[in-house]
Amino acid sequence: MMSTHNTPTHQHTNLPTKKIEDFLAQDEKKDLLRLLTAGSVDDGKSTLIGRLLNDSKRLYDDQLETLVRDSKRVGNAGEEIDYALLLDGLKAEREQGITIDVAYRYFSTSKRKFIIADTPGHEQYTRNMVTGASTAHLAIVLIDARKGVITQTKRHSFLISLLGIKHVIVAVNKMDLVDYQRDIFEQIRSDYLEFTTRLSIPDIQFVPLSALKGDNIVDRGENMPWYRGNSIMNLLEDISISGDRNFIDFRFPIQLVSRPNSEYRGFGGRIASGVIRRGDEVVALPSGISSRVESIESMGNTVDFAFPPQSVMLTLEDEIDLSRGDMLIRKNNQPQIERHFEAMLVWMDEADLDLNKQFLLKHTTQKVKARVDAIRYGVDVNTLQRSETKTFELNQIGRVVLTSTRPLLFDSYEKNRQTGSFILIDPLTHNTSAVGMIINRVHPEKLPSKIAHKWSKETNRSLVTTKERETQLSQKAMTYWITGLHASGKNDVAYDLERYLFDLGKTVIVLNGRMLRSGLNRELGFEKADRDENLRRVAEMTKLLNDQGLIVIAVFISPDKDTRVQVKEIIGAAHYKEIFINTSIEDCQARDTEGLYNKAAKGKIRYFPGVDSHYESGTADVIVDNLDQVKIQDLV
Amino acid sequence: MSKPESYKLTHLQELEAESVHVIREVASEFENPVMMYSIGKDSSVMVKLAQKAFAPGKIPFPLLHVDSNWKFKEMIKFRDDFCQANEINLIVHKNKEGVKQGIGPFTHGSKIHTETMKTHSLLQALDLHEFDAAFGGARRDEEKSRAKERIFSFRDNFHQWDPKNQRPELWNLYNTEVHRGESIRVFPISNWTELDVWQYIRQEKIPIVPLYFAKPREVVDVDGQLILLDDERMPQELATKKTVRTVRFRTLGCYPLTGAVESEADTIEKIIEEMMTETQSERTTRVIDFDQDGSMEQKKREGYF
Repeated sequence: MMSTHNTPTHQHTNLPTKKIEDFLAQDEKKDLLRLLTAGSVDDGKSTLIGRLLNDSKRLYDDQLETLVRDSKRVGNAGEEIDYALLLDGLKAEREQGITIDVAYRYFSTSKRKFIIADTPGHEQYTRNMVTGASTAHLAIVLIDARKGVITQTKRHSFLISLLGIKHVIVAVNKMDLVDYQRDIFEQIRSDYLEFTTRLSIPDIQFVPLSALKGDNIVDRGENMPWYRGNSIMNLLEDISISGDRNFIDFRFPIQLVSRPNSEYRGFGGRIASGVIRRGDEVVALPSGISSRVESIESMGNTVDFAFPPQSVMLTLEDEIDLSRGDMLIRKNNQPQIERHFEAMLVWMDEADLDLNKQFLLKHTTQKVKARVDAIRYGVDVNTLQRSETKTFELNQIGRVVLTSTRPLLFDSYEKNRQTGSFILIDPLTHNTSAVGMIINRVHPEKLPSKIAHKWSKETNRSLVTTKERETQLSQKAMTYWITGLHASGKNDVAYDLERYLFDLGKTVIVLNGRMLRSGLNRELGFEKADRDENLRRVAEMTKLLNDQGLIVIAVFISPDKDTRVQVKEIIGAAHYKEIFINTSIEDCQARDTEGLYNKAAKGKIRYFPGVDSHYESGTADVIVDNLDQVKIQDLV
Repeated sequence: MSKPESYKLTHLQELEAESVHVIREVASEFENPVMMYSIGKDSSVMVKLAQKAFAPGKIPFPLLHVDSNWKFKEMIKFRDDFCQANEINLIVHKNKEGVKQGIGPFTHGSKIHTETMKTHSLLQALDLHEFDAAFGGARRDEEKSRAKERIFSFRDNFHQWDPKNQRPELWNLYNTEVHRGESIRVFPISNWTELDVWQYIRQEKIPIVPLYFAKPREVVDVDGQLILLDDERMPQELATKKTVRTVRFRTLGCYPLTGAVESEADTIEKIIEEMMTETQSERTTRVIDFDQDGSMEQKKREGYF
């Protein structure tokens, strides 16, 4: 019925036997340091962690018993205790003899509490290391003294720098295997510092180590009298991390709105950065409406001020309509508000990056649709060389341009880890496909918004060519792209043109926004990314129809010059003729039977060309300035 | 303006802030979340954090207790009193089929009992109410296989956990997307250690089941485990071996499967002192862990917490 196990014994370890109240009073004051260990099992990483846990007296004896039992069965350390087994929890990993995921370990000393993110060193698991690094204050980089600074060391250090960890301890391990020679340690130190001039890690310290023998883990030991620095444990206990947080730029993404009764309306969230006090003036984004902080509740207590990373509930003096995803900030300290931005991306999905896919982007408490418009370059994590690449595969890192359907409220990752980071989620598989760190350099208007992509000739295996179809239909396959403001008379021209061509015996079809949006593109909205997507599909469809030898008259406002250029690129310049109906805005308003200009003027419709956004001219082949005088036959 | 030194959080405050963020995130992102309530100390801490997350409002989701029909009597009483006093919406689920068949640890062994009355019963409850997220009070420091589990841990249609295919979890950006039928198990106190939990209970004066405190109790030594004589369902041949010993429980579960330890610790301070100076980690008194090597991982793959 039940397996046998001895009643637990109560041997006392040599912990301080102070009064428990004293202990608790001291323990309560400790802060928390999150650290990452980078390196492979071969570097003695697991041994180091096992030592840290063991020497800080946090290993319980029964875990040790299990360890001794496991070491005999599958251990790789001969007769000695294999500390690595303590860490490699999952069966599959034990069988493979490698750690394959992030594991979190906990220990504490008399000064601090620690959370270790233990991540693997093998290249294929870059994503795990990035995961562990995202919340770490400090990283320990392990170097095997016999091997020195190797490719793996560079890779890990690059990722540490990329993820913005400010403190690094370089642990030069296995000093016992190089006779504790000082010059080997010094050589590694100078090699490492030379390499990291290309990175941005402000605080780097070096410790010569023998994890196996315990030198410089907790105590200095006697084997390296030439080393006068601190042991790893001393460094971990003493490094100051409070200066790493951003107390300047107040950012409070609204996580939820709490309305327990009609009197109370609280805005719950975690302070991403900055300090906020009762009575401070705040501005709500994106609305821009300002108010003052009426009260701050932290964990059910009313407080005067709050700072990161506290989770609090704020109330405001005025009734402002705020919802999840909005942000409270200070008046003269705003984040960027853009739909178009650049980021360093780490690709984490088994499926390659598809530039035509629309992802879910989660940023602070906001979720929007977004697309990767263009890849600027990929970075080889081993050499830091940049290279051109058409896609990203698993573990690829590189710089990209993104467009989201709604504006994000962000800062650069460098300035703000919380408001500068995002994840991309695949809309179908729901995998976390990528994670990103926003770069704050290029003006958004200079970024490419890419809707075109190269067509593969392989996709059509038909034995009938477009040329043959055109001959049979006695026509040249053409697209007449009719562009201009809403109610400028585009459709009048289009249907006249259709009648004219039909009467000439041509096979012709009209496509307009209403037709497409009522069916084929019905899920698309009217924000920039969706409008671009709408036109991309129209262009692709038009191309297919042209390939069948048909004449297409496409009627779309298409106000962005850049987008029309890309439409032309998809359809092919030889088949494309752009007709701009240049009716004045006053005439358009007068012709507008649906009252859309009115709605736009009242703010009920956003991004409406002629009202709150522009029509960019300058690409047309034919310009129609006066609707009354247009001669249809001149258009073709 | 104050100096940065005053903007410091203790480790408990930092853990608290993280947990509250996680709980709020679930309430905001999921349609039908539930909080698993085991009546144990970790659950009690988790419920306290949920209360804080929504204060001055109420917890906006129900608590779910999967009652294996073999819990300590004191646990059930504590549960009912606590939930009533705190106006908590509690759902109690029992595997009715299992109760009808009279499944229990004494007659069917720990494996069949746990599978039927806990694992299967939990899945029944999750399916019945169509919860898309379920909070659990597990901590990563409890057990080796838990050290790798995410805070937001994805479960497929069959409630299975795939340790080799977990979603990357960065910063505090949690991927909460699920298709219908899939769900997420959420562990808001993942980063808390056992000591953190006790300290927090002490600091916040969180009520816990009296079984955690030592007092003379009637117990039976079964294969080295001290089993409480909690009701008349204990087989007569065992019940007759009862002795009174001063004991307490480090973990709570089904009474025939949870061993007591001899202890004089009748206050939280004494419990912490005992914990800091004793040498066995807490899960050794859970009989089910000794079934086979890697057994917890196996159970988790099958949907057990």
